[in-house]
Amino acid sequence: MTLTATRPRPGRTPRTPRSRTRTRSILLTSSLTIAVAAVLLPFYWLIIAATHSSKEIFDSPPPLLPGGHLRENLSTLESSARFSDVIVNSLLITVIYTIAAGAICTLAGYGFAKFRFRGSGALFGLLMLGLVIPTQVTLIPLFKMMVDLEWLGTYQAVIMPNLALPFGIFLMRQSMAALPDELIDSARMDGCGEFRLFLKVVLPPMKPALAALAIFLFLFQWNDFIWPLVVLRDAGEFTIPVALASLQGLDQTDYGALLAGTALAAIPMALVFLALQRHFVSGLLAGAVKE
Amino acid sequence: MTTTTTAEGVLKTAGAARPAAASRPTARILRRRAVPYLFILPALVLFAVFKLYPIGSSFLMSLYENVNGTQEFVGAGNYTRAMDDPLLWTALKNTAIILVVQVPVMLALAVGIAVALNSTLLRGRAFFRLGFFLPTVTGLVAYGIVFAVLLNTQYGLVNWLLGLVGVGEVPWLTDPLWARISLGLALTWHYTGYNAVIFLARLQSLPTELYDAAAVDGASARQSFRHVTLPGLRPALLLTTVLSTIGTLQLFDEPYVLTGGGPDNATLTIGVYLYQNAFKYFDFGYASAVAYILTVLIGILGVVQFRLLGEKS
Repeated sequence: MTLTATRPRPGRTPRTPRSRTRTRSILLTSSLTIAVAAVLLPFYWLIIAATHSSKEIFDSPPPLLPGGHLRENLSTLESSARFSDVIVNSLLITVIYTIAAGAICTLAGYGFAKFRFRGSGALFGLLMLGLVIPTQVTLIPLFKMMVDLEWLGTYQAVIMPNLALPFGIFLMRQSMAALPDELIDSARMDGCGEFRLFLKVVLPPMKPALAALAIFLFLFQWNDFIWPLVVLRDAGEFTIPVALASLQGLDQTDYGALLAGTALAAIPMALVFLALQRHFVSGLLAGAVKE
Repeated sequence: MTTTTTAEGVLKTAGAARPAAASRPTARILRRRAVPYLFILPALVLFAVFKLYPIGSSFLMSLYENVNGTQEFVGAGNYTRAMDDPLLWTALKNTAIILVVQVPVMLALAVGIAVALNSTLLRGRAFFRLGFFLPTVTGLVAYGIVFAVLLNTQYGLVNWLLGLVGVGEVPWLTDPLWARISLGLALTWHYTGYNAVIFLARLQSLPTELYDAAAVDGASARQSFRHVTLPGLRPALLLTTVLSTIGTLQLFDEPYVLTGGGPDNATLTIGVYLYQNAFKYFDFGYASAVAYILTVLIGILGVVQFRLLGEKS
């Protein structure tokens, strides 16, 4: 940390004595530490609980250190929910979705950011309508459409309806707008084809924005619950959230197994996020805070 | 429109610079004009098929009722039925309570955290920012399950911890009032960090001169917060309020996983009620009408909030 406790806000003269500033700093830091500990407690407890048996989890006092039942929990999870199939489903659906939706949102974002054409404002407005229309409105007709297409229980039923994600298009338009026009124009002067220009000139400098979009799409699909719940039927087809919810609904819920599965769903995502959070936060903010 | 010519003007000069193109200018210009549409075409087609069509079809569906397997046209029947439906009113009331209690508390908390995270007095800011933001990326089902177990009345960790300091068992998920509080706690846990990051970004873009001027005028920390920080946060407040309102009105995952809408319908939200009607009772017509009522509510609240928060900026 380059910041020291006594360093005043830039350009602002410190009017309080050093010792008082230090006291304030310690107070602020320690109260935020307590707050963040409370926020992170569920994560800690989840990891601990995943390694205990159902009985131990509800012991008094509750377990606060890792136990020895992780392997057993995972095998229960496998036998009661076909969890290896579920993980494969979740991974395949999420990866395919991220790539396909990423491509579609990026193409559209570029189209809206860098071209002026008849109806561009109206068409963009139409797409943004998707941000305010509640998902529940489309749920039933979409379900019927999936029935008619005989897509129930398939990957495409989960993936297709959200490919043109309004937020993704919005995010990419915001990011693309920052790309200098001169770059595109000069490539065009050199006779570069439009699609090649998009691939070779537009995309490379967009890497941070693409990373943000990819993380966002990945998290969205990985965590999505209601739509997969509606279109997936059998245990072997489920995604992780649907499988977990179905386990929880059982009369005799094995909480050791359930929480091990929950940890398997949450911990990798938290790690991916920790590794890439710089991109994610900056990308989200590019879309969220418009000046 | 003068601005329309920017892209086209460049395209025309680019075309004229190449003699091969000059021979068939019309075809070339047409092809050039089609370029932007080609970029947005996949998104538009998918959007039309999977969003616009269902929105329209949902409205038609809301005019029909399922009577012994056949669809009967009832006109506004589903809508008048909704007006007299006590359960829908309960769901609306529950949603309104969350809007009026949980959302302001969460946003105030987020402002506090953002201001603290922005303070040079705080050490380890990167760690705190991460810690507060981490719940945002957690899947709703996963955190719903974790909270359900943590808040278990007899065996949950939270009640055990409270017992250590002499507080008796709290019926977190089994008592109507406490179930609402639990739902509010879970929502606050999940979304405060997200809002705090939006506020933080806004704070960092505020010019420091404003604070200098306030300090020169002899403003206390509290006064400069009231007269500089809060007005500066107005656009971010508008954004977070509108997003939280939309999210709250559509609320489904948390009550579905945490309480299933119970006990005694205390946490029944419009989203859960709609889901029950559609996929438990297969009453698609009525569920569609409820969905449309929800859409209208979101529209009205959005406009009201823009008026209230947006006009002074």
